[in-house]
Amino acid sequence: MDWIVTIGGLLLVGVIAWFFWGPKKGGSQAEINASGYQEAKILVKNGYNPSRIFVQSGKPVRFEFTRVETGACDGMVVFPDFEKSATLPAGEKVIVDLPPMKTGAYDFNCQMGMFKGKIIVKN
Amino acid sequence: MREEDTMMEGHTHSEQRSDQKSSGEEQEYRSLMRKWWRAAIVSVPVILVSYPNLFGLGDLLPMGSEQLWWTRLVMGLLALYVVIRSGGQFFIGAWESIKQRSANMNTLIATGVSAAWLYSMIALFWPQIFPRPEMADVYYDVTTVVTALVVLGSALEVKARGRSSEAINKLIALQPQTANVVRNGKEVKIPLEEIKIGDQIIVRPGEKVAIDGIILSGGSAIDESMLTGESIPVEKKKGDEVFGGTLNKTGSFTLLVTKEQKDSALANIVEMVKQAQGSRIPVQKVVDKVSSIFTPGVIIAAILGYLVWFNFGPQPGWVYALVVAVTTLIIACPCALGMATPMSLTTGIGKGAENGILIRSGEALQIAQKLETIVMDKTGTITEGRPSLTDIIPLGSFSKVEVLLITASIEQGSEHPLASAIVEKAREEGLTVVQSTDFNAIPGHGVEGIVDRKKIYFGNLKLMKEKNIPLDGFQRYASSIADQGKTPMFLAIDGEPGGIVAVADTVKSDSISVIRELKAMGLEIVMITGDNERTAHAIARQVGIGRVLAEVLPQDKAENVRNLQKEDKKVAMVGDGINDAPALTQADVGIAIGTGTDVAIEASDITLISGSLKGVVSAIKVSRATMRNIYEGLFGAFIYNAIGIPVALGVLYPFTGILLSPLFAAAAMAFSSLTVVLNANRLKGLKLKFS
Repeated sequence: MDWIVTIGGLLLVGVIAWFFWGPKKGGSQAEINASGYQEAKILVKNGYNPSRIFVQSGKPVRFEFTRVETGACDGMVVFPDFEKSATLPAGEKVIVDLPPMKTGAYDFNCQMGMFKGKIIVKN
Repeated sequence: MREEDTMMEGHTHSEQRSDQKSSGEEQEYRSLMRKWWRAAIVSVPVILVSYPNLFGLGDLLPMGSEQLWWTRLVMGLLALYVVIRSGGQFFIGAWESIKQRSANMNTLIATGVSAAWLYSMIALFWPQIFPRPEMADVYYDVTTVVTALVVLGSALEVKARGRSSEAINKLIALQPQTANVVRNGKEVKIPLEEIKIGDQIIVRPGEKVAIDGIILSGGSAIDESMLTGESIPVEKKKGDEVFGGTLNKTGSFTLLVTKEQKDSALANIVEMVKQAQGSRIPVQKVVDKVSSIFTPGVIIAAILGYLVWFNFGPQPGWVYALVVAVTTLIIACPCALGMATPMSLTTGIGKGAENGILIRSGEALQIAQKLETIVMDKTGTITEGRPSLTDIIPLGSFSKVEVLLITASIEQGSEHPLASAIVEKAREEGLTVVQSTDFNAIPGHGVEGIVDRKKIYFGNLKLMKEKNIPLDGFQRYASSIADQGKTPMFLAIDGEPGGIVAVADTVKSDSISVIRELKAMGLEIVMITGDNERTAHAIARQVGIGRVLAEVLPQDKAENVRNLQKEDKKVAMVGDGINDAPALTQADVGIAIGTGTDVAIEASDITLISGSLKGVVSAIKVSRATMRNIYEGLFGAFIYNAIGIPVALGVLYPFTGILLSPLFAAAAMAFSSLTVVLNANRLKGLKLKFS
């Protein structure tokens, strides 16, 4: 009986490590709009939805954040690589423009770093 | 919606938005407090029946009795009610983050609380699956009390956090909502959003200026302290610029609106402060690394702790293992780590803004506290930047008044900046300047002309020599004037020495005390100027600066800053002019004096809106205090987790028999993040008054 618990526990550790730290799939592709921006809408509710956004390199990016909760935690979104931040008042659409990027991954997060998102730039 | 529209809306509704934000926070606080009371009230009976012997209920609820079973079932349902009604947001938050394969505080609390509740339910309904009967105990008290304490902690945190961003709300609230605008010759009160460039606004004593503009008629003393931190009202007259949000003290005036609200000084300041408060400081990178692995790491540690206690701990192993795992999940506080930097940064930068110091980024703040050398531009930074007449030395039979009258009369046609200092002085003295004839400017030398039928030469020594004026009378004064950092100019009347007029750029009233204070703070001060060595050293002596870089061409200022940096020093550059912009950019921290050009402000890391050098002292004080506060918060959060988690895992147990209760862990967790916020709020009490 005891060894079942132990093996189960160790397996659970492996599953948790893989689940949180393993390679992630999914996400949403930003679409190019009429003005040449790659645009993505992000819903802010206990995190960013979608939290992974694919964009093409070399084209400007526009995010439209809509925060649908009042909790103070995610009241601000920060793009550390671009020295950019925006306050997200509850219930309002907020546009954040980012410059064209080189291939790679760029994080964005709430001010405390508790909620995270990723911009994945491909050719 | 187009970006411009969003921005417009963002600014025109700024005050409303500030209200919304604070009412949103207020709502959140109230809702959390309701949740806390609900959980606290239910917790009381749950604790009573959890320890029946302790509270004298042992006879009513004997072990193994049916009454006890039913009582426990009721407790379990009450605990479920608390978890759903008071702790529901932890579960929603945990689920949302798990969907994105990330974990946060919600994940820890939700896992800990649900583990305790599920274990208890299994123990209640299927006690036979436990190897020993005593293991089938219930932990509903953990469920309710942990939920109650964490909710209370969050409520207090929301309250305290609101205070940390007060500064920006205060700034936003400065702008009045309406203004008295002249439309079709009539005065009408209209909302701010409807005011356009070119409108004329009437501002009366005691009213706030609605928007940026230029005074068309009238004048007043205006309190600009809300923008500049300077408490003395500024006299404004026709043609002067006034700013939205400032307070009109004494007179009435008509204002021509020159800016849209979104481009106003106040809107720019608010935007700059917001950006800075949201910026990251380099030290945050380490924190980000830690917090990205923290929460899953804690969950793994809790499982491993469970396994160790289950296999090697004292009996009943199940129970100890469960207590250890739940305690570990609950005591870990990623929030404290994540909050330390942004909370202090928001408060510190807000504190600066309240005092007319705009710190543009967290990075600037972090470097500013490490500064060793401060390079100050002379003209306009240490000195007023406007020459004024300092001495009149009459020679021969001439009087002071005659010398002033003649020099002002001859110079009134001149465009030289030194000329205006003389003309202004004559006006101040109430003299009526006369018209000169045959006026001629001799470049590099001075001017000549006829005043009152007398032939006048006025200029430097070179001019006097060329015109064969006897120099004996001049020379004994000339060098002592130059040694004081002043520029002597010589007057010849009909071929005779008439007098010497000295003009100098005067040292700002607070330069000496500011430089003394900066030196006392351990900083080296270097003066940089395009002026000649003699003048530069004279000014440096007056203000107590030991190191002077004189005769530096504007384009070489940045190079000089670079040379200082090569001495392995963190260098700040303080300047105000266009020619300072490259040096401001080159310096580790560029500090622009706000009365300067927009270019200098754009190139700077810190802007002093008041134009006073005192701001340099305050800016360094704010950055030092804020960084200290950040380190305190981070240190506290790291130490808390570094001690709390191992203790929760039971590392002290083999030596001391100490094992934390999950209830204690909940209290510690709730108050650790609250402590970080309260520590950041201490910054609001920072004294920036000049000593």
